[in-house]
Amino acid sequence: MLLDVKGLQAWYGESHILHGVDFDVCEGEVVTLLGRNGAGKTTTLKSIMGMIGKRTGSVVFDGHQTIGLTSDRIAHLGLAICPEERGIFSSLNVLENLMLPPQVRPGGLPVEQIFDLFPNLKERINSQGTKLSGGEQQMLAIGRILRTGARLLMLDEPTEGLAPVIIQQIGRTIARLKQQGFTILLVEQNFRFASTVADRFYVMEHGRVIDAFATADLAANMDKLHDYLGV
Amino acid sequence: MFNISTQALFAQLLVGLINGSFYALLSLGLAVIFGMLNIINFAHGAVYMMGAFCAYFLLNVFDINYWVALILAPLLIGGLGMALERTMLQRLAGLDHLYGLLLTFGLALIIQGVFQNYFGSSGLPYAIPQQLTGGQNLGFMFLPNYRAWVVVFSLTVCLATWFAIEKTKLGAYLRAATENPALVRAFGVNVPRMITLTYGFGVGLAALAGVLSAPINQVRPLMGADLIIVVFAVVVIGGMGSIMGSIVTGFALGILEGLTKYFYPEASNTVVFVIMALVLMVKPNGLFGRA
Repeated sequence: MLLDVKGLQAWYGESHILHGVDFDVCEGEVVTLLGRNGAGKTTTLKSIMGMIGKRTGSVVFDGHQTIGLTSDRIAHLGLAICPEERGIFSSLNVLENLMLPPQVRPGGLPVEQIFDLFPNLKERINSQGTKLSGGEQQMLAIGRILRTGARLLMLDEPTEGLAPVIIQQIGRTIARLKQQGFTILLVEQNFRFASTVADRFYVMEHGRVIDAFATADLAANMDKLHDYLGV
Repeated sequence: MFNISTQALFAQLLVGLINGSFYALLSLGLAVIFGMLNIINFAHGAVYMMGAFCAYFLLNVFDINYWVALILAPLLIGGLGMALERTMLQRLAGLDHLYGLLLTFGLALIIQGVFQNYFGSSGLPYAIPQQLTGGQNLGFMFLPNYRAWVVVFSLTVCLATWFAIEKTKLGAYLRAATENPALVRAFGVNVPRMITLTYGFGVGLAALAGVLSAPINQVRPLMGADLIIVVFAVVVIGGMGSIMGSIVTGFALGILEGLTKYFYPEASNTVVFVIMALVLMVKPNGLFGRA
């Protein structure tokens, strides 16, 4: 097991957001957290990355307990995040954005391979990062964490607000990354998209994981899922 | 008659360039510190003064010459700044600007008070280094070597700092952490250490300006307090946090002040503030500031 989360609780200031989250991710899997707005999916990713002030419980990554570590130390264990707001830096150009995250371990993708995945980026290396289109910014946000040697990539709603053709490209990218041995933890509202790339699903509600199933059992669980997500 | 007056004009221009060098070095440090720490460092003038005193002590107590002091004083004072950041300023992270301003202002008063207690208010002399005594007769004016050195060296340091911040990998970390420190840290960069080093660097620049100024302006406990008010006006005009903005504005306002001294001396002490008011009316974020 690459990532094992047990009883994870987290707070934003005074408000208690996560009330004991339990789930795990195995090496080489693509796992998706589903749930309505405000269920605690983004907070779960940020808590795993150490970006939330107060958290308790247990988050074991690759045999290391990370609950007491700061986010820069956690990054060096081989975790990386692609945040929901994408986090492209406006004072950096595309190349600088791409090269910004330091290498944390050996085995990251060479830059040529990233340009191979996202040819648009190569054409625009000298543009200001935030001058890119939404889709290109998303590619840049994913591309820059592929270089670092991180083994577990956490992608927070990578398809949000993007055109169908871009969503397909991101889907193909996730499939290719999985082939190359990356482990991916995905947060998605777009259930249709998630079902095409994920091996397993966890459903979150009110800061807890309330259900789990494999993609193979999806059809049998459709009614329940509609209920959970309110679609 | 004409000859005398061009000489006076160029003399005032040179004074303006010298002051501009100090404005640029000081406002550059303030800009770097504000960008990264979100703190308006009111202790900057006191640090500048400590840089000059550091050079004075190094020479008179330890017999360490100007050239070594030029490197050693910024390092020592920068180190002191880093200790200050670790023990005090760090605790203000996330609070309103006002707290940082009050803390650093209080520190400045304490530091200046202590120095005044031991050294009074009059200036201590610091000799121009032997290699830079004398000057060049350029025909239209006499250019003292030391003053030429101050202008050229300050400009070099400013441009090198600009290059390091805007064009290098380390600078990319700095710019990114200014925008979104939490994300840069989540990429594996030790942002708190970077913040400490940035404060040390900004403070070191002020100390460097202090050393440069010692042979020109003498070494006085209040030398920074007098200067810092103008420097803050420079920062406001250039735009808080803009690197090139603080360099260009620093030199430009120094020169403008010099020209005013020649053409209308009565206004030379106020011209910077008049410009500040005008700029604030038209561009509240400063000439180079980002909205």
